[in-house]
Amino acid sequence: MSQTLTENPVVTINAPQPATGERPGLTRKEIVADHPTWCPGCGDFSVLALYFKLIEKRKLWHEKITTISGIGCSSRFPYFVQAHGAHFIHGRALPFASGVSLSRPDLHVFAFSGDGDAFSIGGNHFTHTARKNIKMTLVVMDNQVYGLTKKQTSPTSPLGFKSKTDIWGAVDYPINPAKQAIAVGASFVARTSASNPNHVLATMEAAMDHDGFSFVHCLSECVEFYEGAFDSANPRKGGVFNEVPKNHDVTDEMAAYKLASADFPGNFGVLYKVNKPTKNAKEAEINASFQSKFTGLKDWQILQKTFDKMK
Amino acid sequence: MSDTLTGAPTAGGAKKVSRINEVVIRIAGNSQDGIQAIGGFLARLAGRSEQEVMTFMTIPSTISGGPSIFQVRIGSGEVLTAGDDADVLLAFYQHSYEGHINSLKKKGIVLYDSDHVVPKPEWEGDYRHVGIPISSLTVEAIGGTAKDKGKNIYSLGLIAKMFDLNVPKLEKLLGERFTGKDPSILNNALAAFHAGYANSPSNLLETFQLADSQKHGVQQVVMNGNEAIGYGLIAAGVRFGAGYPITPWTDIMELLRRELPKYGGSFIQCEDEIASVSMALGASFAGRVSVTGSSGPGIALKTEAIGWAVMAEMPLVVINVQRGGPSTGMPTNIEQSDLNIAINGGHGDAPRVVLAPANVEDCFYMAIEAVNIARKYSTPVFFLTDQGIATRIEAFGQPDLEKVCQDITPDFTPVATHKPYDLAAKDGVTQHVKPGTRILDGKYPIATGLEHDEYGHPSGSPKVHMLQNAKRRKKLQALGATLPLPKIYGPSEGNVLLVGWGSTEGPIKEAVDRSRAAGDSVSAIHLRHVNPLPNGLENIFSGFNHVFVVEMNDEGLYGYGQLGAVLRARYCDPKIQGINKTDGLTWKVKEIIELVKNKARK
Repeated sequence: MSQTLTENPVVTINAPQPATGERPGLTRKEIVADHPTWCPGCGDFSVLALYFKLIEKRKLWHEKITTISGIGCSSRFPYFVQAHGAHFIHGRALPFASGVSLSRPDLHVFAFSGDGDAFSIGGNHFTHTARKNIKMTLVVMDNQVYGLTKKQTSPTSPLGFKSKTDIWGAVDYPINPAKQAIAVGASFVARTSASNPNHVLATMEAAMDHDGFSFVHCLSECVEFYEGAFDSANPRKGGVFNEVPKNHDVTDEMAAYKLASADFPGNFGVLYKVNKPTKNAKEAEINASFQSKFTGLKDWQILQKTFDKMK
Repeated sequence: MSDTLTGAPTAGGAKKVSRINEVVIRIAGNSQDGIQAIGGFLARLAGRSEQEVMTFMTIPSTISGGPSIFQVRIGSGEVLTAGDDADVLLAFYQHSYEGHINSLKKKGIVLYDSDHVVPKPEWEGDYRHVGIPISSLTVEAIGGTAKDKGKNIYSLGLIAKMFDLNVPKLEKLLGERFTGKDPSILNNALAAFHAGYANSPSNLLETFQLADSQKHGVQQVVMNGNEAIGYGLIAAGVRFGAGYPITPWTDIMELLRRELPKYGGSFIQCEDEIASVSMALGASFAGRVSVTGSSGPGIALKTEAIGWAVMAEMPLVVINVQRGGPSTGMPTNIEQSDLNIAINGGHGDAPRVVLAPANVEDCFYMAIEAVNIARKYSTPVFFLTDQGIATRIEAFGQPDLEKVCQDITPDFTPVATHKPYDLAAKDGVTQHVKPGTRILDGKYPIATGLEHDEYGHPSGSPKVHMLQNAKRRKKLQALGATLPLPKIYGPSEGNVLLVGWGSTEGPIKEAVDRSRAAGDSVSAIHLRHVNPLPNGLENIFSGFNHVFVVEMNDEGLYGYGQLGAVLRARYCDPKIQGINKTDGLTWKVKEIIELVKNKARK
């Protein structure tokens, strides 16, 4: 079987297209569901507002959007969006979203996660969903702290960060999510910050349009437990928001890795983007090659052929 | 059992042909000898000859090598088990000979490879020894390079001669098995087979003929339990699954990975057990009920997500091919010790459905039932088989596929409004609309593991938690009310009622047959729906003095085994007692009979 698979990139078939025709796009009012339960000033509000804006701007329809999350502050997301959604278990939003994506190529699959959910308990899934290049967009709202459980060290907390589980300051080296994503084979890796709304929207749009696993690492401040964490990336707080240099080649893996390795706050924008066949496309290709041998047969007749060999 | 076969040889050494009704052959060797292939050929031949067949095998959990056996029982009448004792032992090595001679009936035939086995004089009186230099004769037949390979097919020829098996049918099976490969492989196999068939050892004084089958015109298919599950799921319309390799579940995932693409479906190998159950749930959420499965530790890893499926009311089929536990336990042995985790695994009050097929044919039809229960009641369904049924080959009447195959393509017709967790729903039974479905009032549902209101939005209200808990319970109670009572095997009143579940149906039935033939009052029921149980079991129990629950698990802290404890809790009936064992092997009929006798005497 495998020898019939092509090595050439193929696109995910039946991928969702923006709404066209007579049905108008949604208004913000139609997209809004529960009032968010986040603390006032939380960076996640901004990401949610920009998700609404993306739906509005790109004229996505309710029924074609699936918003999927695990557990954490960020992961309350689906309740706030008027669309089909699932609030799954801690760390496992990606495999759940993969099940949706692989069985329903006609849907937009968005997963929202946090640093604990995506990189700690769900770290294994981050690696494997990226390497399999399953078509979906993952937005990780990274606040570098466990917020829902009230201030414990997270896998992205910087060394020395004082939390309730490291009262003397964090001792474990933090993960660099963008570097990790590039290393494990993600085909789209971008960084943005909730404090720069236009940049968040542009990044999410580019991610949505990518045919593959698109990962958006979004700094999103926790004003309650890690206030000021991202001031150095916010010009309004005296920091700098350095966009990826114009001449950066997004298909150059080593260059992307180098950019991702810059000291905090680093570079914002698309660091890496390559086109390679999605798992969705590859599985569809396997199916097409098998199904071509059974053209015109009903499912029971295909099974009958198998049973005939078991007599 | 076949008395003729174990009878004394005729005087004078003339070859005699005896008619027999059934035969039990145990093949003992190492795991690379291809002894499973011999057993497989015999089983498929029986299937094609309208005979009943059942097999039993053990495999070592080592990576390569180690002693292994395959036992096949072929009969012209009903075959319920793979047989307690063998009529013929085919032993390739000294360890096979010494280790399995006890499983041979007195006066049974031990056919041994005299290149490797030195018979023990003290056993020569008890068993009829036939030594054949199988290894060297195989090399002679198919060339010097073959070494140990091919002696299984040579032995198949010997057995074919001994039991006057249908040679053209066996040749056809060999042809099918080695089809498409290098033609010299088939030629070698046929050469080995015919060399074995032509060998007429002077000390083999008797050949046997199986009586004609009592079944006529029945088209049979031959497969093992894992295959029956895989094809049952396909027939049921399942088109997505996800899993992680673990023995003995792996065969099912390999089958689905290979077969589903023909139907436009996919089976995904995941990075771990948790990802597999999660991915299957994602696909169930997205459209149609999906499958995941595992064995042993893998099931433990999945329990959190199964709890989510209960809370979110998401359909899912979880295949659990049980093996010896806890922890890594006995990966290639048989045990029924996952009933507790199937019914109760995970935290919180999390009712779910547990089904247990009784035999290979049942694996096929119950897989369809599992899918339909999952869909109708929007619930996870545990499907409990075990290592014994997974690898056991049986022949059964070919299913009417046109009739049983279902199309469960989801419906995306827009709906006016939708409450996924509607508390007013009859019996608490609700189903989800699938993503892609427009909901005209603009209120979209969330599938969630948080306690929730009727739309799936979080609710911390104590009242809501009680009502939703009741909803999740009531729908399974409603299912329980629809379940048929098991048929009683034997009279409905008497001294002892045996209660079994899962793969033990055959030995329990045979124990009933033999006990009754010996004048003891024993009947049996077999539970296929384990959670919820069908209503009215107490009316069956009331006809007996003793209710013995026969299980392959430990008797537990309080002495009742896992199903025994459930039945005790439900019926508070002190006559419910456990008959348990954990030796990792299928029940022998005589073991059950003995334990029943001891227990009934107390």
